[in-house]
Amino acid sequence: MKSVVIDPITRLEGHGKIHLFVNDDGSLANCYFQVPELRGFEQFCVGRPAEELPRITTRICGVCPDAHHMASAKAVDAVFGVTPTSASLKLRNLVYNAFYGGDHTTHFYALGGPDFVCGPDAPPAERNVLGVIAKVGVEVGKLVIAQRARGQRAIEIIGGKKVHPVTAVPGGMSKRVTKEEQAELIKIGEEMVEFAKFTIQVLNDIVLANKGYVDLILSDMFTHNTYSMGLVDANNKVNFYDGKVRVVDPNGKEHCKYEPKDYLAYVAEHVEPYSYLKYPFLKKVGWKGFVDGVESGVYKATPLSRLNASDGMATPLAQAEYERFYETLTGDKSGRKPVHQTLATHWARIVELMYACEATLAMAKDDEITSDKLVNKPERIVGEGIGIVEAPRGTLTHHYKTDDKGIITEANLIVGTTNNNAPITMSIQKAAAGLIKKGTKITDGILNRIEMAFRAYDPCFGCATHSLPGEMPLEVIVHDAETGEVVQNARQNC
Amino acid sequence: MAKPKLAVYWAASCGGCDIAILDIEDKILAVADFFDLCFWPCVADFKYADVEAMEDKSITLTLFNGAIRSEENYHVAQLLRQKSVVLCAFGSCAADGCIPALANFYNLDSILDYVYLRSPSLENGSKIIPQPVTKVPEGQLTIPKLWNTVRTLGQTVDVDYIIPGCPPQSDQIAAVVEAVIDILKNGKPLPPKGTVLGATDKTCCDECPRVRNVKKIKEFKRIWELDQVDPDLCLMEQGIVCCGPATRSGCGAKCVKAGVSCRGCYGKPVNVRDQGAKMVASLASVIDSTDPKEIEKIVSTISDPLGTFYRFSLADSMLRRVQA
Repeated sequence: MKSVVIDPITRLEGHGKIHLFVNDDGSLANCYFQVPELRGFEQFCVGRPAEELPRITTRICGVCPDAHHMASAKAVDAVFGVTPTSASLKLRNLVYNAFYGGDHTTHFYALGGPDFVCGPDAPPAERNVLGVIAKVGVEVGKLVIAQRARGQRAIEIIGGKKVHPVTAVPGGMSKRVTKEEQAELIKIGEEMVEFAKFTIQVLNDIVLANKGYVDLILSDMFTHNTYSMGLVDANNKVNFYDGKVRVVDPNGKEHCKYEPKDYLAYVAEHVEPYSYLKYPFLKKVGWKGFVDGVESGVYKATPLSRLNASDGMATPLAQAEYERFYETLTGDKSGRKPVHQTLATHWARIVELMYACEATLAMAKDDEITSDKLVNKPERIVGEGIGIVEAPRGTLTHHYKTDDKGIITEANLIVGTTNNNAPITMSIQKAAAGLIKKGTKITDGILNRIEMAFRAYDPCFGCATHSLPGEMPLEVIVHDAETGEVVQNARQNC
Repeated sequence: MAKPKLAVYWAASCGGCDIAILDIEDKILAVADFFDLCFWPCVADFKYADVEAMEDKSITLTLFNGAIRSEENYHVAQLLRQKSVVLCAFGSCAADGCIPALANFYNLDSILDYVYLRSPSLENGSKIIPQPVTKVPEGQLTIPKLWNTVRTLGQTVDVDYIIPGCPPQSDQIAAVVEAVIDILKNGKPLPPKGTVLGATDKTCCDECPRVRNVKKIKEFKRIWELDQVDPDLCLMEQGIVCCGPATRSGCGAKCVKAGVSCRGCYGKPVNVRDQGAKMVASLASVIDSTDPKEIEKIVSTISDPLGTFYRFSLADSMLRRVQA
């Protein structure tokens, strides 16, 4: 038995580690994905006034602070038993979609895209966003930077700050949007839609037109038959800000559809001693370990699973792309679902990008966003609130209890990437088992394919999601478990 | 001639500092052009081993964000100190402890106990709490030991400069980067050790456009208790606790302009040792009473004073942590 340690994984929120155990014949014995960090928000939020939590929990993640700001704001609205004004809900929806427009863009071009645009076997020095630019042209690079800036600017207009927005307060929003700012938001929305159209073209030309890539997407090594989770509106269309959580089983049949306040009846968390990150699973199915299938409570909460858990998209261009997605990947026009190929998550992300951009534009055009009716004053303290939004990386649940003064007495958080802890582990495991076989020499290509297994999840890769060049640096040291002697050392981009 | 080397690292933080660096947009190209990036786990492809192999003081500038919360954070802080000529505490976590240091209101055991044994969504019948070393059938797995007390970077290693903010605003980052490049390119002297960069010597109130009259406060209110927040009047004068008087300026007073209180993310003002104590002093000067009983009554209307006055600076404060 030999240890194969991939440490540290960078481009992860905090720090990540993969520990593979390899049998003496070179085949994989087991694989562990570890998260070696805990900051303890659930405890230190206790004692804080509830209305402060939308500004404290943004610091869980500086990459998707907007998601925490909104989930927290919804939970706090519930704590105070107040429904935000119509104008403020439109503003929250608008800023949230604009945030998605920037976030999904950078993942596609800077993080996930290089594997497809440059190719999974391209030299590591080229397999990064600079390689993407080299392949598709420097103008595209400028477009990506501009798109990201657009999202950040919309957040600044509505949320007050680009990183860690501050304006969601109990019952509404604290900052009014002026007519001039609305005009800027409409322009941002228009440019975002054009960029999304362009991105679909990039996907068509570079990924879908290449049979090799399509075969890779469809390969068994990157397929998992799990449950799929996502937030849906009253028509079962994908919604990022509001709605019910819908879960479909591996065959596409609805497993449940629940109100955020009922999440504890549907989701539970498993603990392993070797990782600080817990493993959510479907409570009614149960934790059966890191396995696929209807009998296993493992579910995914990703762009792919959101498409699987919905009946479509609420905007026209995104709906057209949604239909093309399933038609292409299932091979027929029947609307058959779900799709379980992990790498199809990248395409699903583009479908969502189109929706986010169309929604941003539509909401920016709504004159009510400039209304001064920003806050409904809370009248009572309910003492408990649960808020759910769809973070780009998965369903995000904030649950607070308070005393009669609205001071937090208990907080429970199930964040986006946490949902995918078990499937990420399984995807790494399956890719590694498929790649590391008897007599296999561990090469850069193997390392990259292991990376691709979890990169599709965009697992809250911190700033990497919005970063300049780079490829995941990995170092695999194979050493004899008994003597400690280094048997093999494979490095990529180190 | 070799370019000066730049390193960027995050310890216990949220990633917002790295996003703020990227928010300088096209100026990041000037950074990439001037510096030889030698370590930035989020962006470039170097590992701890590469840093360990470098000669001491071979990194010209390290921007270190994140608080020190685990053995791994501490190890990397020591490593980067050893290898860097200039080590900068970048952002509120590294400078003051920031939100992660709110954990210092609790003991680590109580955090682990809640997260793994008591939170309502758990199914943990075996009462498993993650351990630094775990035996598995195939061998042994390790994760870093967490510290009981969250510390600032300066409490663990020698720090040269501080860039405050949660995160530092991108215009301030751009200005600092331009200044550093100018200093290095033109052989100018470095600022004195301990200088706070990317901020000013004024307070947040000095940047706040809200109208201030004579502050006299009879009662404090929470933002949701007001029928309407006046968009132009000083928040403190409306009875809302605002940490502007006890906070260094540099952010452009973004939060107060957006209708909510300053919570102090730019840290203590110049010549102030303790941000929370400064806040207490500021409040004392505006409470409209000389009667001890009435003063006590007015003060009692402030919710969570510790968690508010030390929201971003508990680790750096004279309190540092709540004793068990």
